[in-house]
Amino acid sequence: MMSWETVIGLEIHAQLATRSKIFSSAATAYGAAPNAQANLVDLGYPGVLPVLNREAVRMAVKFGLAIGAQISPRSIFARKNYFYPDLPKGYQISQYEKPVVEKGKMQILLEDGTIKVVGITRAHLEEDAGKSLHEDFHGASGIDLNRAGTPLLEIVSEPDMRSAKEAVAYLKKIHTLVRYLEICDGNMQEGSFRCDANVSVRPIGQEKFGTRCEIKNLNSFRYIEKAINYEVARQIEEIEAGRKIKQETRLFDPDKGETRSLRSKEEANDYRYFPDPDLLPVVIEQDFIESVRTTLPELPDQKAARYIEKFGLSAYDAGVLTASREMGDYYEGVLAALKSQNLEGNEKLAANWTMGELSAALNKDGVEVTESKIDAARLAGLLARIADETISGKIAKEVFESMWAEGKDADAIIEAKGLKQITDTGAIEKTIDEVMAANPKQLADYRSGKDKLFGFFVGQVMKVTGGKANPAQVNDLLKKKLAG
Amino acid sequence: MTELHHLTLAELNEGLRARRFSSVELTKHFLARIERLNPTLNALITVTTEQALAAAQRADELLASGEAGALAGLPLIHKDIFCTDGVLTTCGSRMLANFVAPYDATIVEKLSQSGVVMLGKANMDEFAMGSSNETSYYGPVKNPWDLKKVPGGSSGGSAAAVAARLAPVATATDTGGSIRQPAALTGLTGLKPTYGRVSRYGMIAFASSLDQAGTLTYTAKDAALVLRDMAGFDPRDSTSVDMPVPDYVAALDQPLQGLKIGLLKEFFEGGLEESTGKLIREALQVYERLGAQLIEVSLPNLPLSVPTYYVVAPAECSSNLSRFDGVRFGYRCENPKDLVDLYKRSRGEGFGAEVKRRIMTGTYVLSAGYYDAYYLRAQKVRRLITDDFARAFQQVDVLMGPTSPTPAFDIGAKVDDPITMYLNDIYTIGANLAGLPALSIPCGSVGGLPVGLQIIGPHFAEAKLLNVAHGYQNETLWHRDIPKGYE
Repeated sequence: MMSWETVIGLEIHAQLATRSKIFSSAATAYGAAPNAQANLVDLGYPGVLPVLNREAVRMAVKFGLAIGAQISPRSIFARKNYFYPDLPKGYQISQYEKPVVEKGKMQILLEDGTIKVVGITRAHLEEDAGKSLHEDFHGASGIDLNRAGTPLLEIVSEPDMRSAKEAVAYLKKIHTLVRYLEICDGNMQEGSFRCDANVSVRPIGQEKFGTRCEIKNLNSFRYIEKAINYEVARQIEEIEAGRKIKQETRLFDPDKGETRSLRSKEEANDYRYFPDPDLLPVVIEQDFIESVRTTLPELPDQKAARYIEKFGLSAYDAGVLTASREMGDYYEGVLAALKSQNLEGNEKLAANWTMGELSAALNKDGVEVTESKIDAARLAGLLARIADETISGKIAKEVFESMWAEGKDADAIIEAKGLKQITDTGAIEKTIDEVMAANPKQLADYRSGKDKLFGFFVGQVMKVTGGKANPAQVNDLLKKKLAG
Repeated sequence: MTELHHLTLAELNEGLRARRFSSVELTKHFLARIERLNPTLNALITVTTEQALAAAQRADELLASGEAGALAGLPLIHKDIFCTDGVLTTCGSRMLANFVAPYDATIVEKLSQSGVVMLGKANMDEFAMGSSNETSYYGPVKNPWDLKKVPGGSSGGSAAAVAARLAPVATATDTGGSIRQPAALTGLTGLKPTYGRVSRYGMIAFASSLDQAGTLTYTAKDAALVLRDMAGFDPRDSTSVDMPVPDYVAALDQPLQGLKIGLLKEFFEGGLEESTGKLIREALQVYERLGAQLIEVSLPNLPLSVPTYYVVAPAECSSNLSRFDGVRFGYRCENPKDLVDLYKRSRGEGFGAEVKRRIMTGTYVLSAGYYDAYYLRAQKVRRLITDDFARAFQQVDVLMGPTSPTPAFDIGAKVDDPITMYLNDIYTIGANLAGLPALSIPCGSVGGLPVGLQIIGPHFAEAKLLNVAHGYQNETLWHRDIPKGYE
């Protein structure tokens, strides 16, 4: 049987976080009453003209700089002509031959720990269409043009990804980046960040690409992975059954977990692109580019590299902690608080707790890190007690839960619940003596060679001390005492 | 006896300011003429009597208080391509026969602020596509010089109205000659400014890269007066140019001694009628007497302007007119059975034959596989034509030639032959392709029908063009001729 290679390219639509639309002064806020945020320009009234929102250009340039791309000194808006009721002018203003951003790249971390570079062919500015609503109109359709004219940055990758997982990793990196840059809120439910996937398969070793299908409007990371995997399996099945793949647009149905044909290449529109005569070419001067460059924050990859180098974190951990600007800020907030207590050198401990207990609690409550019930300073307060051996890691988890539930400092909970670790050698020795006296049979067996019983004695000591005895000390002292 | 409608706009302006008559009197005078004469001419689609009288009243009050704008109280007709808030704006089409614009075009707003009194909206070729005003859904406009003849187009209603003295000025638009050709055929001064000089906001688009608003008046001085208040940068139109507007009136009386006039060799060849050519040459002699120097120049690519235009303009129009889909405004067919039926019948029934012809041509030239051969090539030729003009203006100050190859032709004579109709614009299209300012002034008549002299200038040379036209009008009286029956 032949083995197959998957080839994926993504087209991501990121809604730019401008206050007004790309070619009109109407507001872009989500959730207004239908058509309340559509003015005459958005409605495509006779005689109206588009005027470019410079803020959208600035955001596109910012993105271009962040992916190391070329910024076109002169880019052109073009009209993409097709009829649809939610497209008021009968054309979408987009960019075709000369996009504002060209030839960038993005690194992704693969599961085996290697880094892959995904090429970004182009990113261009365009306006969004409105929405057609087919329910509640007694057989007719309603049209809401609030979204019409919202600025989008369409980010087109090279066909560089070889699995659904790679595609998701790339998509997540772009998602992280646009939020770092504060050019897109990344809200996938509201459609601020969505993607189409071009998927094809070819026999391993073959250079020529297979025929591709485009899967439309994927708006969650989970759906994208499912949709691509389904599509890959479908294509392989078709080819192996001796059929040919038709180039077509397909739609993912999340309820059934499958893709289905929307329209074939023959049915596709001829968009008749041509330069929009209502808009002048967008001229971007070097000075402008430099002024945008000064507004770039530390980028996710730069931050991750710093965590690896300065804090000794693994690439994976650094990737998780830099996946959002807020998560990185939280983590560094914990480190700063520890440093103020002269507890440096706990970067890995802080990383483990931020990624482990904290992330789990955030997920469980479905809240963002900025809304965490335990802020960075409080988590640092808890970690300080681990670092100075006041409590063990195990007890710390118990304290963490109480902190999350009660909103109190670690110290207050440790004090109130008497969870302070027992480190007094005399006290531990006394407990060991008691345990040995209470379990003469096990003691005899251990001493006759049953080493496995060591764990039993540790457990007994911890049980008597309510888990508060310092585990390392218990180990040391037990070994000596049991040896007799 | 001199009647109010014998006066030029400039003279009316003086009369108003000297309180020799009021704006209300003036407005009533023209409204009465419209009522009496328009039914025959069909020059106006809408007459805004009540609004006009109210605006005249306000203008009189402002004139009395001394706070009036430069054009306060002067009656004007807008071409029905300009959106007028709360007033029917049809663009000469069934598609917009029910369309009451919810806003004013920038030029409508600017001229209102200057105090003009809008009398109504002028008939026009449907969506400004036509050279004879026969494509209007509202029926053909008649030429007051001969009711069997066309007034030219697309601004035929504006031209017929001013020529018949129904108003001293009308706004108009020019995409391939739609101001200058009707001006020539009705004996008026028609000015098409530089592309970008006047805002296109609120002017219903035909071909966005060519469309430009201008005026139809009796004299160059009148045109200068109106352009001063119409022109200027508009932040709502990205293609309008941010340059100060000169005082066109103040520049009118510059002497013409030493003026270098380029005679467009290509304009005097081929289809030009001998009698028209003779009048043009006589007009040039007037300029020679004024001290101008005539220099023959050649624009080798100019003969390509008609085919170039009939690729670029339909391409843009096919896209610009997509918004008329029966969904949000305008004509919608009865009982559409589905979306495609709604589109097909609304557009099929709402648009006339010439508009459909151009939409189909434009759709074709932009189609996959044809784009390079037509649209892209046309854009390249357009660049060559523009360069030809630029080279000519290194040598001369203005270019002159005929506006139209023939005087007004019979209604119905060319409707079934679009190519012959398109060739009417052979002398005017070049200025649109190159974005240049151009005007037409009356320079005589053949068999009782006026003939126009065209003057083309470099970008933003409106002041020079008006100065050159004014110099001629100081020496001649063609611009004072009134068609019989309209005296």
